[in-house]
Amino acid sequence: MKTPIYFDNHATTPTDPRVVEAMLPYFTVKFGNAASRNHSFGWEAEKAVDNARKQIADLIGATSKEIIFTSGATESDNLAIKGVAEMYAEKGNHIITAATEHKAVLDTCKKLEKHGYRVTYLPVKADGLVDLDMLRESITDKTILITLMYANNEIGVIHPVREIGKIAHEKGVLFHTDGVQAVGKVPVDVVKDNVDLMSMSAHKIYGPKGVGALYVRRKSPRVQITAQMDGGGHERGMRSGTLNVPGIVGMGEACAICQREMPEESRRLSHLRDKLRNRFETELDEVFINGSMEHRLPHNLNISFAYVEGESLLMGINDVAVSSGSACTSATLEPSYVLKALGVGDDLAHTSIRFGLGRFNTEEEVDYVGARVIEVVRKLRELSPLYEMAKEGVDLSKVQWAAE
Amino acid sequence: MAYSDKVLDHYNHPRNVGSLDKADPNVGTGMVGAPECGDVMKLQVKVDATGVIAEAKFKTFGCGSAIASSSLATEWLKGKTVDEALAIKNTDIVNELSLPPVKIHCSVLAEDAIKAAISDYKRKQEERKPAEARA
Repeated sequence: MKTPIYFDNHATTPTDPRVVEAMLPYFTVKFGNAASRNHSFGWEAEKAVDNARKQIADLIGATSKEIIFTSGATESDNLAIKGVAEMYAEKGNHIITAATEHKAVLDTCKKLEKHGYRVTYLPVKADGLVDLDMLRESITDKTILITLMYANNEIGVIHPVREIGKIAHEKGVLFHTDGVQAVGKVPVDVVKDNVDLMSMSAHKIYGPKGVGALYVRRKSPRVQITAQMDGGGHERGMRSGTLNVPGIVGMGEACAICQREMPEESRRLSHLRDKLRNRFETELDEVFINGSMEHRLPHNLNISFAYVEGESLLMGINDVAVSSGSACTSATLEPSYVLKALGVGDDLAHTSIRFGLGRFNTEEEVDYVGARVIEVVRKLRELSPLYEMAKEGVDLSKVQWAAE
Repeated sequence: MAYSDKVLDHYNHPRNVGSLDKADPNVGTGMVGAPECGDVMKLQVKVDATGVIAEAKFKTFGCGSAIASSSLATEWLKGKTVDEALAIKNTDIVNELSLPPVKIHCSVLAEDAIKAAISDYKRKQEERKPAEARA
């Protein structure tokens, strides 16, 4: 077993060597521009892009023509939301999203608010799921788009996408979902799931960084979006710019591998995840799972180790890569807004750790990480005045803290 | 974020972890910060008959820099008089541990904890005076 150990697969994943292998010829030998229509270099590149488009479409139950290549999921989210907002501006100006969405969705919505759009940010329940009745009630005759993520990047909670899509379609509203964390990990079918637009990213599914896609439904309904990038009219006018052929080939191969290996891989990962969780719950007191365990990605565990601040825990397990909802680890110095939306107090949010297992993690690594975390949590609790007070029976919520 | 060697050393080998008897009139206890802010420091000093800090203990909930700042503070407090202790500035801690700007609040918290512990000790001494006068 080699260290450091990577358990942060929601942030990014290593590129699968099989994917790299598939990409390599498209850097040096088959380097053509897919838009070059008059020579074999261009045809070769175009053929590779078409093949990748098919591989991606197959994974999500779409057709090739419904796949638009982008630079990644942030661009896909921007293109979907701003593209719909602009295209359907005459129909309405209201968008519905949720408080736990990725910043690429939330900040795009905030930008649109500055341009006169109205946005409803749905709260979530303690398990991280939106209330479908509340969603239904939020729809007005001005609503043009519902954008709700398939699975959450921090807590791994999977939204009831099929029902959300059904509600949207009953009301004649388009439904966009950020599928970054779900695609390739759990079965996703845009037709059965009633999805109209879906953002995807290659680097979260063992593909390369810098490439993503947007699924745009072609029939019932036929979705139109206004391009946000003007130029040569690539991708059926929806996204200009020379295609990143090696990246696209890699994304296609990554999708094909995920599709083949998903049933076995998701069983393997959920077994490892549950093993880790059970160990924490058996060997430590006062640990709290954040978000629904029932509706959750197989490889995600988000857990609060009460009375132990997240950054200090990360420092103790410095040969393990995970992330924390603690303020000290974030750029904004605020604890996780996702956990806040679930009603997790700031005190517990500061103690949360996200474990994201992946394709290249082994049982041996899970056993090692489990032992390391438990050892460091115990050590830091010995150091924690809060743990001491809790053990003395002090109700910490009733203490008057002398905060600055 | 890279931690300085001194922060790592205090984190890995924290000095003077523990608790002193809060009820002891010669012990001053300072508790600063709040769980919601991600930092709570408890710092205690025990002052001997000559007014010198004989013992200092801490427990800290917080990041590595917060743990290091309070650990360092206990090291510095031992052997100092109460007045010398009050002269410790957060900037001294920043310099000693090479804390980056984003971690300066940890040193501020440690200075606050020292002041709170000393003021608790002084308050206890004030309260004792009338009783001693009667005896």
